[in-house]
Amino acid sequence: MQGRRRRELGIQALLAAALLAALWWLLDVTAGNMAERGIRSGFDFLRDPAGFAIGESLLPFDSADSTWWALAAGLANTLRVALPAILASTLLGTLIGLGRLSPNLLLRGLCAGYVETLRNIPLLLQLLAWYFVVTDLLPPASAALQLGPHVFLSKSGLALPWPGGDGGLLDLPLRGEFGIVGGAALTPEFLALLLGLSLYTAAYVAETVRGGIQSVPRGQSDAALALGMTRLQMFRLVLLPQALRSIIPPLTNQHLSLTKNASLAVAIGYPDLVSVANTTLNQTGRAAECIALIMAVYLMLSLLTAWLSAWLERRTGRWVERS
Amino acid sequence: MSRIAASRDWLRRNLFSDVFSGLTSLVLVAGALYWLPGVIEWMLLQAVFAADASACQAVNHGGACWGVVAEKYRFILFGRYPHAEQWRPLLATGILLLTIVASGLRLLGRGGLLVAWTLALPLCFILMRGGCCGLSPVASDQWGGLPLTLLLATMGMLLAFPLALLVALGRLSDLPLLRGLCVLYVELVRGVPLISVLFLASFLFPIILPQGFSIDVLLRVQAGIVLFAAAYLSETIRGGLQAVPRGQHDAAAALGLGRWQSLRWIILPQALRAVIPSIMNSAVSVFKDTSLVTVVSLFDLTGALSLALAGDAEWRPYYLEGYLFIGLIYWIGCYAMSRFSQSLERGTGLGQPSA
Repeated sequence: MQGRRRRELGIQALLAAALLAALWWLLDVTAGNMAERGIRSGFDFLRDPAGFAIGESLLPFDSADSTWWALAAGLANTLRVALPAILASTLLGTLIGLGRLSPNLLLRGLCAGYVETLRNIPLLLQLLAWYFVVTDLLPPASAALQLGPHVFLSKSGLALPWPGGDGGLLDLPLRGEFGIVGGAALTPEFLALLLGLSLYTAAYVAETVRGGIQSVPRGQSDAALALGMTRLQMFRLVLLPQALRSIIPPLTNQHLSLTKNASLAVAIGYPDLVSVANTTLNQTGRAAECIALIMAVYLMLSLLTAWLSAWLERRTGRWVERS
Repeated sequence: MSRIAASRDWLRRNLFSDVFSGLTSLVLVAGALYWLPGVIEWMLLQAVFAADASACQAVNHGGACWGVVAEKYRFILFGRYPHAEQWRPLLATGILLLTIVASGLRLLGRGGLLVAWTLALPLCFILMRGGCCGLSPVASDQWGGLPLTLLLATMGMLLAFPLALLVALGRLSDLPLLRGLCVLYVELVRGVPLISVLFLASFLFPIILPQGFSIDVLLRVQAGIVLFAAAYLSETIRGGLQAVPRGQHDAAAALGLGRWQSLRWIILPQALRAVIPSIMNSAVSVFKDTSLVTVVSLFDLTGALSLALAGDAEWRPYYLEGYLFIGLIYWIGCYAMSRFSQSLERGTGLGQPSA
């Protein structure tokens, strides 16, 4: 026992030494390369003016603002598209997942077709296709499609009534001479990303929901029905609480991958965190710093989600015990 | 029971089991009647199949312009590869697909599998690269389209697997330092988007490698894909390793097998068997994820399409048809893989840890 212990310690010491040596060598090579190519390092560029504009931003941003503020605006944009997409994909995915368990053959087939189609085509391709549909195939703003009272859809995006505006509760978009004026405008980039992320992730959410419900033993629903519960009661009081326990952990994983997938915004020019960091990288040449920033932010988001998920699991655990 | 009664029974069970189900059926049938004619009209009846841009312009998006595929398919499938040499990527794609399908259908024995892969992969590379055997050299920045997608995905999976296995074993090791390192690697990679790993490979690898040791962007991106896929795959394999009952370890030890022997002959076969379906899912993900190399300027299937259409004002309006075409290629690949994994699960009881 003593011998084995000593051997394990020895191996670990060797491992640590090798690791430190490799790290030292890498840093040495990197420093040499950077000196040779005249690349400066450090995070001082964050305080310099960004010098580029951002297409749309939740936070007020101007190209004279500092780079770190540009990155913050990028992160805000990531969350601005990720949170509604999480909501939409969860709702749609739950409906489709339940549809796959329906006794109705047509509905089951439709939902299965949805899942098998959306899941088996790369998200990037779907985003590019949605972006093309919005920007090229929709009519120009002067001939915008009217989807509802004061809701207009065109090449320039979606115009919606929005609280505020001068002299009224709602700022209503109206047809102007050259396009739509007033209201809140969602850009084509935002629309394509929101649509693509929601529809793609909904397919995965549907599978998660279906798997979770199917994981509850059949005897449970039989027993509930035998006790005289209605189908709705059976679902709400017996199936759902048990299913949620196996649905929530993978569901939060889906939400996390949706947030990570929002980084594909860079391909269609929506200024999310990764796009802004990519622009910064190209302008300043600080590759290591910019990539490290992207990774650090996403790791923090992952940790946050993991923590939220654990909290949610404890909550539902208690809820399950109560009901 | 007569045939009519039987079909009425079938209808009642599947379409009209209760009021809600009946309404759903009616709504869906009505929807299909409303939408399907338009879809068929666009896809087939009004569609232009010939590579004729003026005919496509004439239908003005009232029908699909499949002519864009007829006109550009060589560019979409093979990217910027020299036109006269495109039989080479075609042959390489054929060899690769044949090897993959033959392995999946188990047409080869264990020895045959090894021989086939060790022959097929170098052959593909020689065909693509040239520079020997009377083939003119083609630099890797000219590779593109379907063969690039397939090579990135296949090599990504093949190289990620051994790495993932080592990391999974490392995570279950008794050595805290080794365990910590493996956990760090897995959680770090799984916490960040693939794009950031590709940026790392494309922008940062050149700076951290010694001078004169520059490797081309294709290899760097391949390394990025391998590192990314291995992190996810190692979690799958770890799940399999942990699903092997404790008794198996004890029994192996009782038989006098050493650690490595027990791992090689008792634990790993059961662990890997149990997670073959999940491994197939990883393969599907890797195949889809290769489309992201477009972002770091490699012209895989997705990138080659943009390359083919972006600069051509005549065909540019028909991107959607192009997207549908390559979408179908991706879909066939992914669907085949997921069906294959399901058939393994059903046919052999894989996916459940063996008792």
